[in-house]
Amino acid sequence: MRKLILVALIILLILPAAFAAGQKGTAEASAKTVTVFGAFVDEEARRFEEAIKPFEERTGIDVIYEGSKDFETLISVRVEGGNPPDIAGLPQPGLMVNFASQGKLVPMWSSLIATIDKNYAPVWKSLGSYDGTPYGVFHRVNAKSFVWYPKKAWATAGYQVPTTWNELTALMDKMVANGHTPWAVGIESGGATGWVGTDWIEDIMLRTAGPDVYDKWVSNEIPFNAPEVKQAFDVLGKIWLNPKYVYGGTNTILTTSFGDAQRPMFDNPPKAWMHRQGNFITGFFPENIQANLTDEVGVFPLPAINDEFGIPVLGGGDQFVVFNDRPEVRQFMEFLATWESGESWAKAGGALFPYLNQDLDAYPNEIERSLAEALVNAKVFRFDASDLMPAQVGAGSFWTGIVDWVTGKPLDTMLNEVQRSWPK
Amino acid sequence: MMERRIEGKNLGAQALVAIGRVAVSLFVPIVAFVILWAGFVFLRDSNASQGIIALVAIIWGVGGVAMLFWVADWVVNRLPVMAAKKLQPFVFVGPALVILAWYLFLPTMRSLYLSFFDAQSKTFVGLANYVFAFTDSKMLESFVNNLLWIILGTGGAVGFGLVIALLADRSRFEKVFKSLIFMPMAISFVGAGVIWRFVYAYKPAGEDQIGLLNALVSLFGKDPQAWFTLRPWNNIFLIVILIWLQTGYAMVIISAALKGVPDSIIEAGRIDGAGEMRIIRSIIVPYIFSTLVTVSTTIIIISLKIFDIVFTMTNGNYGTEVIASMQYKQMFRFYHYGRGSAIAIVLVIAVIPVMWYNLRQFGKREGF
Repeated sequence: MRKLILVALIILLILPAAFAAGQKGTAEASAKTVTVFGAFVDEEARRFEEAIKPFEERTGIDVIYEGSKDFETLISVRVEGGNPPDIAGLPQPGLMVNFASQGKLVPMWSSLIATIDKNYAPVWKSLGSYDGTPYGVFHRVNAKSFVWYPKKAWATAGYQVPTTWNELTALMDKMVANGHTPWAVGIESGGATGWVGTDWIEDIMLRTAGPDVYDKWVSNEIPFNAPEVKQAFDVLGKIWLNPKYVYGGTNTILTTSFGDAQRPMFDNPPKAWMHRQGNFITGFFPENIQANLTDEVGVFPLPAINDEFGIPVLGGGDQFVVFNDRPEVRQFMEFLATWESGESWAKAGGALFPYLNQDLDAYPNEIERSLAEALVNAKVFRFDASDLMPAQVGAGSFWTGIVDWVTGKPLDTMLNEVQRSWPK
Repeated sequence: MMERRIEGKNLGAQALVAIGRVAVSLFVPIVAFVILWAGFVFLRDSNASQGIIALVAIIWGVGGVAMLFWVADWVVNRLPVMAAKKLQPFVFVGPALVILAWYLFLPTMRSLYLSFFDAQSKTFVGLANYVFAFTDSKMLESFVNNLLWIILGTGGAVGFGLVIALLADRSRFEKVFKSLIFMPMAISFVGAGVIWRFVYAYKPAGEDQIGLLNALVSLFGKDPQAWFTLRPWNNIFLIVILIWLQTGYAMVIISAALKGVPDSIIEAGRIDGAGEMRIIRSIIVPYIFSTLVTVSTTIIIISLKIFDIVFTMTNGNYGTEVIASMQYKQMFRFYHYGRGSAIAIVLVIAVIPVMWYNLRQFGKREGF
């Protein structure tokens, strides 16, 4: 009996080996696959898969996309562990620089670089480069410098879209005089709480100090507690820290999730009348608003503060980088650098693309079309500073600094702390 | 199995037998290893359906362990008796020791090593990371908060656990009460965090309050509060969650110990005229003291490494930072391996005295 059990056990153990042998064969015979790992999930992941279908149908290459909300942690673990995906969509250029400096990435090859030069504005190529070598291809991008408002309520109240900062402040005061609350703001975002505030500061920095100072700020050539930064916080503080200007005051700013923050705009009557956020926010609007987006919602770029710098556009995007160099991986990267890879997602909505030769008619409504136009035509485009700064600051002390400042910490103390946290 | 020949006649034959035995002794482990390796390769590379993979993993995992033991035991038994006796214990303890060394001891040593290096683990920086760990304002805040977690969290959970166990012991509905109190134990810390977010949720005055606490506050005509931003109370709001989760554990263990207090001693106390409080203080608590210590140390360790609740609720904002969440941020968000490792080592060192005390208690009682 004991022998019998042993024999059975051994057979059971050998079985998988037979499987393994069979498996090898089938894997060889089946289609080539490319694994892609990214930060977007659910509906966005579905739209991405939809967008790459033309490629899969044309080439027969199977592209397996896997998304995770903990992408930034997991990608490092996977790369460290020697198990990187073929391609990863990095939401932060800093991650690309990190991997590129460690020699983990495959640099872009000449035919792809030619495609990038043809299809993108130069800023995207330089954002995807480390030490002069391009490593990344941008696909879906976002632009953040927009103010959304409930169109119908505005028409009834007789509010006009402001084109200068003075007009904006005048409008805010007019709203307060009418008993309205101008802004809806919420910065809660779980482990990333505070990033909404960093976006505001960056937009204001670009408008008060200009792109050159902005770049120096990003690289810490001017310290975080420089007068220019302080000035940006002062401009923001005039809005955020004034309970008349923001719905619910600072407590609501701190505890409302960034996605829900826009909701008070769509109450009847609106509890707040403006909301500054990136193009993705339309996906968070109530369903009845989304169904009628162009009738219900208006949008304008955050006005210029200093005429010298005009209306810059602040944004970000996922750049795709290569870890494993194989022909099918290269083929897919070349595809991502073309408008074809974005078209169906643009049609589905909720995404902007940077391609110069894109067909603006593909966007499903007037609003997204105008955002895409603003993005492609912007004279000054800057990447989200907090994504460019060292993680210690950009994903750490800058976020918490915003939270501390809104909670009441003195501005100078907070700015000094952020500067101190900058890695030497 | 053992055959001994005293005569030195068939030396050649003996040598052949010995070689044969050695060969067989080597052959079997090699076959076992090949089989295990094939299973590993299959699990790693296969894209068969999930069901098959799960099945193979179960067979491979359980069967593999059984086979390893059997093969090792078999090999050891083929050795001379004296050697077999000496080696036998290691067949059973060995794998556990190897796994402990591989998954716990080596990583700890590596963390210790990395803690003396910079963010990329390239340049030696001496004690700089430890200087950071003991001087950074967020770290100091974390130490104070962790102390708060240890005192209030452990005190609360053990205190409530003791009181509930004592009361339940005297109740007809003991089983029902204990089941209810024990239930949160089945909820993960992250799950508890999500649940309690709804308790503490905040909306501006005038809106529907979806948070339980603010709904109650509004009911009494007061303004709703953003609980998470109220320093220093927000720490206590978070600690309440730990107490809610751990009271059940404390209660169950203490309750079991209570059943072991002999009735005769309590009776004797009663006859001597002791009141109920006096009996609890002078008889029951001393009697179950070692259980209280064990429960307390376990919860102290949980409080020391508390992470999930803080991370899901406040992310360490508003002065609620704790050591473990600082470690996570340094390691996985800022990619500062040196600081992350240094904080991990500080945490390990902080846990050691508690562990040591706990083990000493174990030793005294000779078993759990």
